[in-house]
Amino acid sequence: MADQDDDIILSDLTDEELIQQMHDDLYDGLKDEIIEAVNILLERGWQPYDILTRALVAGMTIVGYDFRDGILFVPEVLLAANAMKGGMIILKPLLAETDAPRMGKMVIGTVKGDIHDIGKNLVAMMMEGAGFEVVDIGINNPVESYLEALAAEEPDILGMSALLTTTMPYMKTVIDTMVAEGIRDRYVVLVGGAPLNEEFGKAIGADAYCRDAAVAVETAKSFVARRHNQLAVG
Amino acid sequence: MTDRVPDDATLAQDGADLTGSGRVLLVACGALAHEIMALKRANGWTHLDLACLPALLHNRPERIAPAVRDLVEARRDDYDSVFVVYADCGTGGALERTCRELGVGMMRGPHCYAFFDGIDRFTVRGDDEMRAFYLTDFLVRQFDAFVTRPLGLDRHPELREMYFGNYERLIYLAQTDDPALDAKAQEAAGALGLAYERRPTGYGDLETALSGL
Repeated sequence: MADQDDDIILSDLTDEELIQQMHDDLYDGLKDEIIEAVNILLERGWQPYDILTRALVAGMTIVGYDFRDGILFVPEVLLAANAMKGGMIILKPLLAETDAPRMGKMVIGTVKGDIHDIGKNLVAMMMEGAGFEVVDIGINNPVESYLEALAAEEPDILGMSALLTTTMPYMKTVIDTMVAEGIRDRYVVLVGGAPLNEEFGKAIGADAYCRDAAVAVETAKSFVARRHNQLAVG
Repeated sequence: MTDRVPDDATLAQDGADLTGSGRVLLVACGALAHEIMALKRANGWTHLDLACLPALLHNRPERIAPAVRDLVEARRDDYDSVFVVYADCGTGGALERTCRELGVGMMRGPHCYAFFDGIDRFTVRGDDEMRAFYLTDFLVRQFDAFVTRPLGLDRHPELREMYFGNYERLIYLAQTDDPALDAKAQEAAGALGLAYERRPTGYGDLETALSGL
């Protein structure tokens, strides 16, 4: 895609053309172009939330689908994520000032003994893009860190990540502790990471296993909507 | 029957069939072919035959258990027994379940780093080495094919921090004493921005496991 775009002047494009171009530029991981396009749309009076959803999240969703289907690989996804991050840095403070829809709140972190955070960071970014407030507690989290964050942040969702076969059982330690403390049912617990699967998620007592960032967003939306409905009925 | 191990690129892409008249079939990762054949030669283990799957399956761990199942089922009737020379290797327990269903043994531990180092030693080190990135002899030789190119670091060196920012050390678990590999491993550590350590392991638990077959 990039070869054909060398002569494109972003500011000459119509809004619809620019959105389409942003999807292409995200796909190609062109951070500078994404930053420029976000600024152009803001100057044209676009709401930050609309730029986020129609340009960035929609573009990253295409990237996510092509990663799932084996068309794109990890390096390309990381470049796309990096480009999206460039746009998010501009939009985040503006979103906080406007009344953009709030979907819910998530605490997310990689488990104890594990320093891998690429997947976790992608999930955090896509959740933010979908309107969730995300509190990222980083890597190598013992159960105490999770519990402290849950108490301090009062999120709707707890997300846990692990890349290693040796560290993934620690998710059960966290969930078992939540059960023992009588707080498990207050949160939706989502888990993810390369060696996990749905069966493992069920076995450790998580609400769902999410195979990638796009699935995590859809699963989170669905659980939060369900909770809201329960509260409305109750 | 041949004792001739193909080159590393072939082991990575295609695996290898090194079977002959042995009565025990080893179904192994291509990354272990040189080490297994060296142990066979050194110990006179003529009863062991070796069939290797492509080492690059490690970049898609979800494909390892099905590939092992296919190979075991295709060849088991020709042998008295089969042993799988893989550890869990990122399959999240799937390979262990497959081996249990097939009724065949496999290596203990999370990955080959652990069994070269010695599972017990590796387990004791635990979180002390969570910021360590490991290489073996094979992976030092195939660093570009298994690390640089699949991670896109050749095309996008700016991604290095996203991949390796949380790592501190590269530990080369050396099966053999080879100064050229030592230098290459050190170069790899430099390319990833990590401190370097060489740890001689020999064949570790691999030798112990195969000696019992």
